[in-house]
Formats: sequence, C-alpha cells, structure tokens
Amino acid sequence: MDIKRRQFLKIAGLSTIAGLGAPAAFNLLLKGESSPVSFASSGAGAEVSHDAAPTGVRLGMVVDQRVFDANQGLAQKCITACHLVHNVPNFGNPKDEIKWIFGVPYEKAFPTMSHYHRDEHLHNSRFLVFCNHCDNPPCVRACPTKATFKRKDGIVAMDYHRCIGCRFCMAACPYGMRSFNWRDPRPFIDKATYNKEFPTRMRGVVEKCNFCVERLVKGLQPACVEACGSSGAMVFGDLNDSHSEISKVLKENFTIQRKASLGTLPSVFYIV
Amino acid sequence: MYDGKLIIPGLIVFVALMTFPIWKNMGNAGPVPKLEKPKGVTKCVESVQYMRTSHMKVLDDWRDQVLREGNRTPVEVEGVKYDRSLMNGCMKCHTEKKKFCDECHTYTSVKPYCWDCHYVPKETF
Ligand code: SF4
Ligand code: SF4
Ligand code: SF4
Repeated sequence: MDIKRRQFLKIAGLSTIAGLGAPAAFNLLLKGESSPVSFASSGAGAEVSHDAAPTGVRLGMVVDQRVFDANQGLAQKCITACHLVHNVPNFGNPKDEIKWIFGVPYEKAFPTMSHYHRDEHLHNSRFLVFCNHCDNPPCVRACPTKATFKRKDGIVAMDYHRCIGCRFCMAACPYGMRSFNWRDPRPFIDKATYNKEFPTRMRGVVEKCNFCVERLVKGLQPACVEACGSSGAMVFGDLNDSHSEISKVLKENFTIQRKASLGTLPSVFYIV
Repeated sequence: MYDGKLIIPGLIVFVALMTFPIWKNMGNAGPVPKLEKPKGVTKCVESVQYMRTSHMKVLDDWRDQVLREGNRTPVEVEGVKYDRSLMNGCMKCHTEKKKFCDECHTYTSVKPYCWDCHYVPKETF
C-alpha cells in the first residue's frame, strides 16, 4: 500500500479525535441537553439551578440587618458567643486572625450589588458574615481530601483530622469565609472561657463556621442566634420546610444573598 | 586478606558493641504498664480485649459517624449512655490522660496526636 508517513499520522490523529469525541457528542445529542456538571467526586449534590430542589432538609439562616442597625453592639455579642463556644483563638493581629463570623461593610458583604446612590443607612451598617453553607459549595469541590464535605442537611462541614492545610478551599470560597491556622492556636485561647466540650484546632488546618452542628444535636440554636435572644435579628431553620419560621420570614421579606450570581446557592439570606 | 588479623576481630568487637543493647534487653521489654481501671464503672463500650487492640478503630469509626453521618446517638452500655466522643465519652470515665493514655503509648512508642486538638482535662491548661 502506498501511504506516506505524513498521511498515516493525519488519519491516525483524526480517528483518535473521532473516537474520543463521538460517544460524548452522541450522548449529548441523544439526551437533547447539555450534560450537568458532575459533582460525583465531591459529595455535593449536582444542583446547578437557582431553585434548589425542595427535598430533604436544607438548613439556612436569615440575618435581619434592620435589627442589627437598631441594636449597636448586638453583632459583637454574636461574634463573641460563636468564638467562645468554638474555642476560636485571638491572635490579636489581622495577619493570623481566625474568624468564624465577623462584621463587614455593605460593599464588602455584597460587592456584586449596585453601590451607586445606595441607601443612606447602609453607609454605616456592618453586616455579619459567616459561611453560607452553599448548596453548591465550591470549597467542597476543591478539597482534595474530603476534609470539607456537605452533609445531608445542607451543612458544609469539616473534618479537621483529614485537613492537610493545602488551602484549596480558601482559594475556592468566593466569600473568604475560611481561616487558616498559621500558628498553634492553643496558647491564644482564653483559659478562663475555654469550652471543654469542643476541641481546638491545630497548626496547619483550615476552619470556619460549622452552623453549630454540635449544638443542633442537643436541640439548641446556633450560638450566634441564641446571642440575639428574642430580637429576631437572626433566624435559623430548614429552608425546605414551608412551615418553619425561617420560611415564613423569607416569604414576608425581600432578602438578598451574597454574590448570588456565582451560582453557589448560599443558604444565608440578608434583609437589608 | 591484608591486615585480616586486625580487621576481623575489630569487626567482631564493633558488631558486639553496637548490638549490646539488644542482647542486654533480650526477653525483657521493660516494666509493663500497670493498668488502673476507672472507678465506679465496670463495663466499657466494647470488651477489654477489643479495646486493648482496637480502641483507635472505635475512635475512627465514631469520628466518621459523628462528623460525616451526623450520628451522635450515645452508645448505651448497661443503661449508661456514652457520647461517641473522646473528650465527652472516653475521658468522662478514663479521666486521667497520663494513666489511661500516656503510659501505654509511651511503652509501645506510639505518639498519637489526639491532644493537639482534643482537650485533656488537667494537662492542657
Ligand atoms: S461560604 Fe465558602 S466556605 Fe462556606 S460553603 Fe460557601 S464556598 Fe464553602
Ligand atoms: S485546606 Fe483542608 S479543608 Fe481546605 S481544601 Fe485543603 S484539605 Fe480540604
Ligand atoms: S452558626 Fe454557629 S458556627 Fe456559625 S457563625 Fe453562628 S455561632 Fe458561629
């Protein structure tokens, strides 16, 4: 057979491409839809639409900024409550800082919202931000060890035993809700208020808000919600239960989510 | 061999010296830690033998059940409920880390890093 090396390579190349691409293309055409992004390896549900499937429990939170604005000092109470029960160290410098929940101005909390001629009261407001327990969490997909994972009830949880400190999750979280332990946190936890029921972390792991899983099993509210008392500044509950208090609050108020356009489906809502 | 008369006895002496600690301690692994039982409780969550060989497996399983499956139902033994937890379970009876953990771990030369994060009743602070 008279075939030049050049021709042979061309044919071989084309057949390879056809062989690799054809089944995928065939499947696509067969189903008549584009294939959904696969989250199989991350343990997160393949939920990409903006209306999360109303099945199962999906825990979430509503932060009512109107109450926080009227109650100066309340936000600090929430921060203190959270950091105390979870043995969050205080390094006293912003470089090493570990934060599970903290206050930021409007433009930091909602950078994708319009800031042109914004509401007067928003100039001084400080919004409490913490992990959004996203329904489509990029941190979970980024974590190579499954140290960060999504639970059935929607909580994005961490297993510090498995965390190797690679900080991929920190790069992946579009909200900056994760902190890295650059130093041994133990000496920086106040001995007087140490919570003996909850562990500390060690140097080299990442940590963040855990939606107070350890309190929920005891039938308690998250520490920050409890700190708000009866003010209703924070409401916690099942977003998928149409009779829950949080659903009622969400039905009655206009709420916004942080960077909703990214498709992470945050489970934390703000009434501004 | 050139200088064989010196080299071979020299080697023998060297080997004998280097392995001396092994010969000396042969058949004697040092004083075995004396076990002390927690007061007022007679039964653990598993048999003594199983706990002796596999307590780390119990802890690993508990960790996965608690953190990943969200299963925190206490383990019940003879009507007493124990949390699936090192700090809030095991250490409630085995209160002294020095006696219940360190002694054997030192003896067997293992260095678990549980205490980097978990609280030790007295020693941590
Ligand atoms: S807010 Fe960040 S850390 Fe929390 S679930 Fe979403 S991506 Fe992950
Ligand atoms: S730092 Fe830890 S939690 Fe974050 S991605 Fe790496 S292993 Fe996962
Ligand atoms: S839900 Fe719990 S962990 Fe999260 S910010 Fe509130 S108190 Fe902290």
